[in-house]
Amino acid sequence: MTSKLTTSNRAGWGFALPGFALIATFIVLPFIFAFWLSLTNQRLISPNPTEFVGLDNYRSLLSIDVLSIEPERDAAGALVRDDDGALSYPAVRGFTRNNPDYPQYAGMREWFRWHWGDTAKVVIATDVIFWKALANTLTFVLVVAPVQGALALGLALLINQRLRGINFYRAVYFMPVVVSIVVVSLLWRFIYDGEDGLLNNLLSALTFGAFTGMDWLGNPDTALGSIMAMSIWQAVGFHMVIWLSGLQTISPTLYEASAIEGASKWQTFRYVTWPGLRNTAVLVVIVITMQAFALFAQIDVMTNGGPLDSTQTVVFQAVERGYGKQDISGGSTISVILFVLVLTISLIQRWLAREKT
Amino acid sequence: MATVKLRGIRKSYGPVEVIKGVDIDINDGEFVVFVGPSGCGKSTLLRMIAGLEDITRGTLEIDGKRVNDLEPSKRGIAMVFQTYAIFPHMSVRENVAFGLTINGVGKAEKEAKVAEAARILQMEHLLDRRPSALSGGQRQRVAIGRAIVRDPKVFLFDEPLSNLDAALRMDMRMEIGKLHQDLGASMIYVTHDQVEAMTLADRIVVLKDGQVMQAGAPMDLYHEPANLFVAGFLGAPSMNFMDVRVSEVTESNVTVSNGALDPVAVPRKGRDFTPGQQATLGVRPQYLSPAETGRGMLHGRVALTERLGSETVLDITLKDGSKLIAALGEDRILAPGTEVNLNFDPGQAHVFPEQR
Ligand SMILES: Nc1ncnc2c1ncn2[C@@H]1O[C@H](COP(=O)(O)OP(=O)(O)OP(=O)(O)O)[C@@H](O)[C@H]1O
Ligand SMILES: [Mg+2]
Repeated sequence: MTSKLTTSNRAGWGFALPGFALIATFIVLPFIFAFWLSLTNQRLISPNPTEFVGLDNYRSLLSIDVLSIEPERDAAGALVRDDDGALSYPAVRGFTRNNPDYPQYAGMREWFRWHWGDTAKVVIATDVIFWKALANTLTFVLVVAPVQGALALGLALLINQRLRGINFYRAVYFMPVVVSIVVVSLLWRFIYDGEDGLLNNLLSALTFGAFTGMDWLGNPDTALGSIMAMSIWQAVGFHMVIWLSGLQTISPTLYEASAIEGASKWQTFRYVTWPGLRNTAVLVVIVITMQAFALFAQIDVMTNGGPLDSTQTVVFQAVERGYGKQDISGGSTISVILFVLVLTISLIQRWLAREKT
Repeated sequence: MATVKLRGIRKSYGPVEVIKGVDIDINDGEFVVFVGPSGCGKSTLLRMIAGLEDITRGTLEIDGKRVNDLEPSKRGIAMVFQTYAIFPHMSVRENVAFGLTINGVGKAEKEAKVAEAARILQMEHLLDRRPSALSGGQRQRVAIGRAIVRDPKVFLFDEPLSNLDAALRMDMRMEIGKLHQDLGASMIYVTHDQVEAMTLADRIVVLKDGQVMQAGAPMDLYHEPANLFVAGFLGAPSMNFMDVRVSEVTESNVTVSNGALDPVAVPRKGRDFTPGQQATLGVRPQYLSPAETGRGMLHGRVALTERLGSETVLDITLKDGSKLIAALGEDRILAPGTEVNLNFDPGQAHVFPEQR
C-alpha cells in the first residue's frame, strides 16, 4: 500500500527537516562559527574590535621544534662538569628570548628533553600546555580504547549466558552509565582521596598496613592513570551493552554447528563469535575513541588539569581558554584541531576495518 | 557406520513433557525418517541424539555404547540444519574443512577430504566462494559437505530442504538419496513433508505429541496404517474418512455402513469392534472409482472437478452431507452437480475403532 504521503518527495523532505534543522543549528553552525573565530583574535569581552589574523592561532598552538644544545666547554675545549660529574648546558631561554640568531624560536619554551650522546635534545613549543594536553589525551585514548573495549567484551560474554538472575548482573554493570559523570567523578574523588580515601584504606587493609597511602590525584605520576581507571569503570557498561546486542545477532545454530565439530571455547570465540562481532567492534572502537577524545568532566571535577599539568586534556584546554581565559579564538582553534584529529582517526579506523573482498 | 538405539527416551522442559518415551532401533546403514506435524518433537528428538539437548530420561546408544552424557563432537555424528548454519565469513573451502581445521588435521589430508566431498556434491567450482555468493541449495550442499568430511557414523538432518523452493527441493532430495547409497552411512532425517519421507526412507517413524505412532517401511505404513493418525498423515491427497456404524463383526471382517454408504464388509485386521458402535472408515482417493455397472457403494454428487494432468480429482458431496475426494487415473470430466455412485475394493479400505 503506497499512500501519497510515502511516495511524495516533499513529504520526505518535510519529515527530514526537523532533524536537519536541529543538526544545522546546534552542530554545523557552531562549527562554522568556531572555524571563523579560530581565524580571528576574538575575546569573550574586549573593548578592542575583532581582527582577522589568518592562521596565527594555529601557528602559535602547533609550532614545535627540537633544539640541539651542546654542553658547555671551557677555554681549552674540555667539557665542563659540576661536582657530581654532570654536564652543564646553556639555558634554553638563551635561544628563545631576544636571540637574533634564532628568530624562529622566539617565545618558545621547553616541553621536555632527552640526551643524544652529550648533546641535549630539547623539545620546545610556543604553547607547551596545549602539547601536554594533546599528549595526555592521546595517552588516554590509547589506553582507554583497547582496555575498555576488551573489558566490555569480556563482561558481555559473561552476561550473555542463560543463568538465573542474569538481569541483575546486567543492571549492575550498566548502572554507572546511568549515573551522571559529574556525580561519579565526585564520588571517585573520595575514593582516591590522599588522606582517608577508600582506595588507600582498602590497599592498606589488604597489605596489612604495609601500604601507607598515596595522594592518587595529587601525584603527577598517578593522576592521569587514576582518571583512566575511573573512566574505564564508568563507561564499560555502555559498551558492554553494545557488544551484547552484537552477540545476540549471532545465530545460535552456528554455535551448535561448532559444538558438533568439537570446537573448544577459544576456537568457538575465534571462529564464530569474533567474526560475527566485526561490525560491532568497529562501532565500539569508534565510539570509545570519540568519547575518550572528549575527556572533560572528570578533569574539571577531579583535578582541573593538575598537578603540574599532568591531566590537561584537549577539551579541558579548549574550555579553559575560551571561558577561563576569555580567549574565544584560542578555544575555537583547539576545537577545530580536535575535530580534524577525531575525524581523521575515525576515517582511518573505518578504512582499516573495511570489508575485504 | 553404526546402529542407534533409543530406549524410553523422554524430554521435559520444566513441567512440560515434549517427548514421552520413545523407543527406536536404527540399523547399520539405514535411512530413517522422523515425520510428524509441527511441534510433535521431531527436532527435539534429533537434537537429543546429536547431544544438543539433554536427555531427561531413557538411554541413547550409538554403536552399542551409551552416549547420553557424551559431548556432541564425541558421538560420531554430523548434523545438517534447516538454516544451513554455515559460517558467513569463511569461504566454502574453509567451511567444509572447518571440523578438520579445529582438530588440527594436516594440510594434505584436509585438501584431499575437501576435494572428495566437493566431488561427491559436485561443487568443486564453488570452493573459493563466500556463502553470501551462494544460492540456498548451494549453501545446503556446503553444509552437507561439512558433514561428509567428518566421516560420521550417523548423519542427522533437520528439515534440510525446508528453506528451498519446490523444484530445488526435489533435486536435493534425490541427491540426498544418492548420497545415502554412495556412503552407506546411517542417516536420520527429520521432515514434516510426507513426500520426502516416502521417497527417502528405508523406514519411517511417525511421531505425534512426542510419541511414536507407527514405525515401518514406507509402503507398509501406506498400506497398513496402525491408526487413524498415520492413515491420515501419509499419502496425498490424504485418505478419506467416513463416520460409519458397525452392524456385524465376523472372524476377519467388520460390516459398516452409513447414510451414503451401503453396508460393506471390510477386513478388521485384528481390531476389536462391537456391533452398533460408531467407527471410522478410511479409503484412499486413488482407490475410489465411479461404478461402471450396478448401483455402486457410495452415493453423492460432484461438487468440483480438478484436472491435474496425471489424474483428475473429484470433490464429492455425499448424500449424508459429508465430503469425499476421489482421484481418477484417466481424464474424466464429470460436470458439477452430476450424481455419482462410487465403488472401492474393500480390501483396500481401513476401519478404525476410534472416531475422528
Ligand atoms: N526450549 C524449549 N522450551 C520449552 N518448550 C520447548 C523448547 N523447545 C521446544 N519446545 C517445545 O517442544 C515441542 C517440540 O518442539 P520441536 O522443535 O521438537 O518440534 P518439531 O517437531 O521439530 O516441529 P517443527 O516441524 O515445527 O520443526 C514443541 O511443542 C515446542 O513448543
Ligand atoms: Mg523442527
